[in-house]
Amino acid sequence: MAIAAARQTPRGRVAALIRQFGLPALGILTILGYWELHIRLFSVPNYLMPPPSLIAVTLVEEWPTLERNVGTTVIEAVGGFLLGNAVAILLAVLFVHNRPMERTLFPVAVAVRTVPIIAIAPILVLLLGNGYAPKVVIAALISFFPTLVNMVRGLQAVETSALELMRVLSATKAQVFFKLRLPSSLPFLFAALKIATASSVIGAIVAEWIGADTGLGYLIVISTFEFRTGLLYATTAVASFLALALFLSVVALERLIVRWQPDTPRQ
Amino acid sequence: MSPADPSASRIDLAAIQLEEVGMTFPTSSVPLRVLEAVSLAVRPGEFVSLLGPSGCGKSTVLRLVADILVPTDGRITVNGESPETARRRRAFGFVFQDATLLAWRSTLENVLLPLEISGDASRGRERARRLLDLVGLAKFESAYPWQLSGGMRQRVAIARALVTEPRILLMDEPFGALDEITREYMNLELLRIWQATATTIFFVTHSSPEAVFLSDRVVVLGTRPGRVKLDLAVDLPRPRDPALKETVEFARYTAALRRTLVGETRLE
Repeated sequence: MAIAAARQTPRGRVAALIRQFGLPALGILTILGYWELHIRLFSVPNYLMPPPSLIAVTLVEEWPTLERNVGTTVIEAVGGFLLGNAVAILLAVLFVHNRPMERTLFPVAVAVRTVPIIAIAPILVLLLGNGYAPKVVIAALISFFPTLVNMVRGLQAVETSALELMRVLSATKAQVFFKLRLPSSLPFLFAALKIATASSVIGAIVAEWIGADTGLGYLIVISTFEFRTGLLYATTAVASFLALALFLSVVALERLIVRWQPDTPRQ
Repeated sequence: MSPADPSASRIDLAAIQLEEVGMTFPTSSVPLRVLEAVSLAVRPGEFVSLLGPSGCGKSTVLRLVADILVPTDGRITVNGESPETARRRRAFGFVFQDATLLAWRSTLENVLLPLEISGDASRGRERARRLLDLVGLAKFESAYPWQLSGGMRQRVAIARALVTEPRILLMDEPFGALDEITREYMNLELLRIWQATATTIFFVTHSSPEAVFLSDRVVVLGTRPGRVKLDLAVDLPRPRDPALKETVEFARYTAALRRTLVGETRLE
C-alpha cells in the first residue's frame, strides 16, 4: 500500500503515464517512421509495399468496403471464441471430476490439436458449406486447446490445506467447486482466454480463405489477386485491430472479475 | 514440576480423547507407521500443546482429531462423539500453518466462509465483525489477503475458525512461519482470545518455549513411530507475561522438554 501512496504524487503520476503509454507509443512510431522513410528514400513501388501514410488513406477511402466485411469476421471470430472456450471449460470441469473421462478424452483433444488448422479447414468447409458454420468451428477449434489445458491446471491448482479446510467445514462437492476450485482457476482461465482472442481471429480469416464471399479473409484474398496492395494492408490492419479489441475486452473483463490480484507485483 | 498424573488422562467428559491411536500411511514402497499407541486427553477449557520434532506425526494427530484423516487403530472422541460427528456439528475450528485464506475474498468474506458453507451466513455478519474486532482487525474487513501481513492473515484465520462458535480450537503450528517478534505478539494475542472465548485449545508446535508459555499442559511426541514421551503439566501463573520467559521456572520447563526432545531427535 505504501507503493500505491508514493504513486499519488504528481511527478510520480506523470512518470507512470510515460512508462505506461509513452514508451510503447515511441516504439510503434519509430517503426512506422522508418517504414515511411525507407519506402520514400528507396522508391519502393506502392503495389509491392505501400507506406503507412498510403495505408491510412486507403483505410479511410475503402472504409465502406472494410465495414461491410468486418462484421462477418467479428461474428465468426467471436462465435468461435465463445464456442471453443465454452466446450473447453466444460471439458476441463468434467476432467477434474472424472479421471477415466480425462484418460479417454484427453488424447482425442491432443489429436485434434495436432491436426494443422490449415489442413483441416478445407475438410470442414466441404462438410459444413460456405456459411458461418465452418468458420465458427475452425475459430473454435483453434482457441479450444490452450483453454482446456489451462483450465484443468487452474482447477487443480488448489492448495492441500485449502481442501483440508473445506473438509473441516464439511463442505459439499458443489461448494468445494464453486467456492474454491472455480475462483482459483480464474487467473489461469483468463491467461488462456487472452491467447484465444488472437487465435480465434486467425481461425476465422483462414477459414474465409478457403471459401467465402464476404469477410476480412475474403477481402485479403481478393485484394491480393487484384494487386490492390493498399486495400490488402488496410484489411490486415483492421484484422489486427479486431484481435486487439477482443484482447482488450477480455483484459477489461478480467479486471472486473479477478479483483484480488495486485496490479503491480508486490515488493 | 510434576508430570501429569497418568490416571488424570482418563477423564469422564474430555474435550478430546485419544486411546491407543495408531496410524499407518500406505505408501508405494513400504507402509509408513507414523503413530503408535498414542493416548492423551484434553479437558474442556484446557490449553494443551503437542510438541515434537518435525516428522513425528504431531500434525497427523491433529488431522485425526479433525476427521481430515481416519486412524488405523484405536479410538478418538471429541466431546464424547466420533470426530466425524463432531466435524459435522462444527464442534471445532481448525487453524492451519499457512493461513489458507481464499485470495479472492476480503477479510470479512473469509471469516464468513464457514457460515456460508453451513448455510447461516445471513445472521453471521455481526458475529464475524465482533470476531474481527476481537482479533484486532476491525479496520481491515474489506482488505484482501495480499494486502495483509503474515501475522494479520493468521489472525483472520483464527477469527474464521471461531466464527461457528466451536468449543474446541485445533491449531497446527499457526505461528511457525512468522518472525520471532510477531510470533511473541501473536502468542499474547492468542492467550487473550482464549481467555475471552473460553474455548479448549489443542496446539501443535515444535518450539518448546512457545509450548511452555501458552499451555496448561505439554505433551511431547517421539519420532517414528510417534508415541507420547512426556505429559507435562505447566504450573505457571496466569495471565502470562513475556517477562515470564526470563524466570528460572520457565527455563526449568523448557529444559525438561528439550532433554526429552534431544533424546528423540536422530541426527541423520
